[in-house]
Amino acid sequence: MMKTWQAGKRLLPMTAALGLILAGCGREDLSVLRPQGPAAESSFDLMKLSITIMIVVLLIVFSIAAYVLVRFRRKPDQREIPEQVEGSFKLEVLWTVIPLILVVVLAVPTVKAVFAAGNDHSNDKNAIKVKVTGHQYWWEFQYTDYGVTTAQDLVIPAGKDIAFELSTKDVLHSFWVPSLSGKMDTNPDGTTNRFSFSAPNEGVYRGKCAELCGPSHGFMEFKVKSVSEAEFEKWVKSMKSPAVLPEDPALAETFKSQCLTCHAVGDMPDLSSAPNLTGIGSRESVAGILLNDDTGVDGEPVLENLKTWLHDTPGVKPGNKMPDPKKDMGLSDEEIDGIAEFLAGYTLD
Amino acid sequence: MDWITTVDHKKIAILYLWAGGLFFGIGGLEAILIRIQLIKPMNTFLDAQTFNELITMHGTTMIFLGVMPVIFALMNAVIPLQIGARDVAFPFLNALGFWTFLFGGVLLNLSWIMGGAPDAGWTSYTPLSTIEYSGTHGVDFYTIGLQIAGLGTLIGGINFLATIITMRAPGMSFMRMPMFVWASFITSAIILFAFPAITVGLVLLTFDRILGANFFDTSAGGNSVLWQHIFWIFGHPEVYILILPAFGIISEVIPTFARKRLFGYSSMVFATILIAFLGFMVWAHHMFTTGLGPVANALFSVSTMLIAVPTGIKIFNWLFTMWGGQVRFTSPNLFAVGFIPTFTMGGVTGVMLASAPADFQFHDTYFVVAHFHYVIVGGLVLGLFAGLHYWWPKMFGRMLSETLGKWTFWTFIIGFHLTFFVQHFLGLMGMQRRVFTYLPNQQFDLLNLISTVGAGLMGVGMLIFLTNIFLTSRKPADAPDDPWEDGRTLEWAIPSPPPEYNFKQTPLVRGLDAFWKEKTSGHKTMTPAEPVGPIHMPSATILPFLMSVGIFIAGLGFMFSRDDFGNAFMGFMFNHYLVTAIGLVITFGSMLLRSLYDDHGWHIEPEELEGR
Repeated sequence: MMKTWQAGKRLLPMTAALGLILAGCGREDLSVLRPQGPAAESSFDLMKLSITIMIVVLLIVFSIAAYVLVRFRRKPDQREIPEQVEGSFKLEVLWTVIPLILVVVLAVPTVKAVFAAGNDHSNDKNAIKVKVTGHQYWWEFQYTDYGVTTAQDLVIPAGKDIAFELSTKDVLHSFWVPSLSGKMDTNPDGTTNRFSFSAPNEGVYRGKCAELCGPSHGFMEFKVKSVSEAEFEKWVKSMKSPAVLPEDPALAETFKSQCLTCHAVGDMPDLSSAPNLTGIGSRESVAGILLNDDTGVDGEPVLENLKTWLHDTPGVKPGNKMPDPKKDMGLSDEEIDGIAEFLAGYTLD
Repeated sequence: MDWITTVDHKKIAILYLWAGGLFFGIGGLEAILIRIQLIKPMNTFLDAQTFNELITMHGTTMIFLGVMPVIFALMNAVIPLQIGARDVAFPFLNALGFWTFLFGGVLLNLSWIMGGAPDAGWTSYTPLSTIEYSGTHGVDFYTIGLQIAGLGTLIGGINFLATIITMRAPGMSFMRMPMFVWASFITSAIILFAFPAITVGLVLLTFDRILGANFFDTSAGGNSVLWQHIFWIFGHPEVYILILPAFGIISEVIPTFARKRLFGYSSMVFATILIAFLGFMVWAHHMFTTGLGPVANALFSVSTMLIAVPTGIKIFNWLFTMWGGQVRFTSPNLFAVGFIPTFTMGGVTGVMLASAPADFQFHDTYFVVAHFHYVIVGGLVLGLFAGLHYWWPKMFGRMLSETLGKWTFWTFIIGFHLTFFVQHFLGLMGMQRRVFTYLPNQQFDLLNLISTVGAGLMGVGMLIFLTNIFLTSRKPADAPDDPWEDGRTLEWAIPSPPPEYNFKQTPLVRGLDAFWKEKTSGHKTMTPAEPVGPIHMPSATILPFLMSVGIFIAGLGFMFSRDDFGNAFMGFMFNHYLVTAIGLVITFGSMLLRSLYDDHGWHIEPEELEGR
């Protein structure tokens, strides 16, 4: 009994050291190893426990292997036949029972965490309800209680539980924000999934699609923006303000007839066959992968990104469903640039 | 011609080896292309569609057409010899199994040149694999090719079951069978139960795609998650179909080169059976993020973790087989010894993955990619290398070069760890799997570069192995009967390569490690259990080949039955299922011929046996 406790005491600093090493891995807004919310935290705790157990197992196996291979190497003068050992009941029971104990040690917190993760907040009055719909290759976020729909940037108030309802309009996708929570698949209607997470700290987190969904699967990214409660309320309000159209009447007509047949802006009815464009100028990225960055480190300014996207939609995101503005819709370069400028200026205050 | 009509298990083994080797090479090239594309962020070496086709075909090819046939090659070459039999129970079926596998594989790979390879991943999850989202014939090649190839696997599995149950030499009780035979026996049993599941799934998907059925279409009352259940209730046991033979090989190689009997033989047998049993109980651990709910997730978490127990028993038994022995580092044993720590690493990440809440993070990332490559490449492929180097002299009568064998080992294993160890971290840092490229500045760049370099080194290891085979094939076939000198099992008691009847007289087995027992009691050969007499042999026949050709034609005909060829004759032939009919007539005609024409085979007379 005393001995196991001592072994446990020795493991503690090891776990701590391991945690530190793992925490150094990856970007804070992306890495599983640098959890930023309780859901990711709970997965990370299990990971630390299991990695510790597994490293102990590996060390034992590796040391026995190394010892055996060095010690029992056949020497050139060895002729006699080694003793043929049938086995050892005691030893075999030992290495059946010890792994069983280790499995129990891991299984108990696992089962606990499974049920903790299963408790969803869909009936919680304080939670923000968001309906997530996966499309090839973009994400739609509907705030059912607020009557707001947006795409690609999921804006949430910091610290609040977000209750997600996940489904897909086409193939399977998987909704994953590594630093905030584990992933959950978006299945077709009939097998809708629910789960929830929260982001205590304000900031922008990178989200990904984790289930193969076609050529641009790797480009089906999104951002989670955790903001203060006041800022969230302000965002909802400006999302619901009346639609804005280009000032130039000709361009406005083009925008209406060409873009708004699929997209929606402001208080217009949302057909959800394409991303809602309200306030696209203040989003973190264009099409999820062209990062908006005025400093030019991670990407280009939003106007440049919109131009890149509109001039070459199939090139930027292979296999995506948007018709090519130039080839399929017959827009001129000037019209495309005009729409890009309008959209870049369509920001939320 | 001799090769097309053969029914000899040793020749069929060689056929399996070459065909498997060919597909393994194709799968390997696909892997190298995948790794080149991922060498740097936003690489444009391959386009997205091609990349998805490559990952799909790499997975499918490696699992079904690369490693399975090599396993079957070793099982065919070794099992009858190890149990003291003259052939497998059904030599005709054995040939049929090989040819259906080969034609299934050829059909699948024809997709590269016939308008689009499958692109929905080797798991082909619906709805992505339905006609609506995968419009080329790619997935049709997948479903029909795998049905045909799967037929061969099922036939082979049943054949080995019958062989092992009925054809053991006198005295070889079940508890005296070599571990490789045990592993193959259990593997065949898993095949018997798992392959019908995938076949049903593939048939349903074929019906959805070609005949417009709605098994997996939610909007028409189907269920898309159903496919995942059907796929994984086959797919998880499949993992054990792959790894148990490798366990068997390691259990043969290590005792031979440690000069000790296997430690804890009966617990090894028990562990193998337990692994197979648990293998059928854990399929939903591939589906933790599908949304099955906490109860299912908890149950499948715990049952999955339990597999660590029998696997651990095996690892420690191998280590203690070497304890107190005299370990020789020949090239087969290098692979076997390299297998133990590498496979253990794959095993422990498996236990980590079993913890569902942690798996919410691991699932569909490079962590998973790293895990299953540690198991399948670090486990199975190292095991196959060990087995091939070990039994090569028995199969071909020639010793592979030890120097080149060691070079193969070191380049391959270093390249392997370089490729896959870093992928654990890529996954944990947020890189999802099956992405054709990734944005820069996510700290993925360096690790991906390392991984690609490692893959190149593994390729070099494979080339050295091929060189070794080529150079060896030019040497005279002069390997002794017992080339490793410490052979323990029956196959080492007969010439290398064995005569077509294997044993002139069926041997009498007096204990575990029958040949070793005779050697240590001062005998040079096995005690025969029967007098020399005429040996009955089955006749060579081309029917298995023809039957497979028929199925192949029927498959192609069915697949293209709805196409518009813009050519009246072609359209007529395909759209009226005439091509399918022709194929089926060939197959069933051959079957009829086989039933009506009684072939009693032939005999090798005692005078001929003595005349050698």
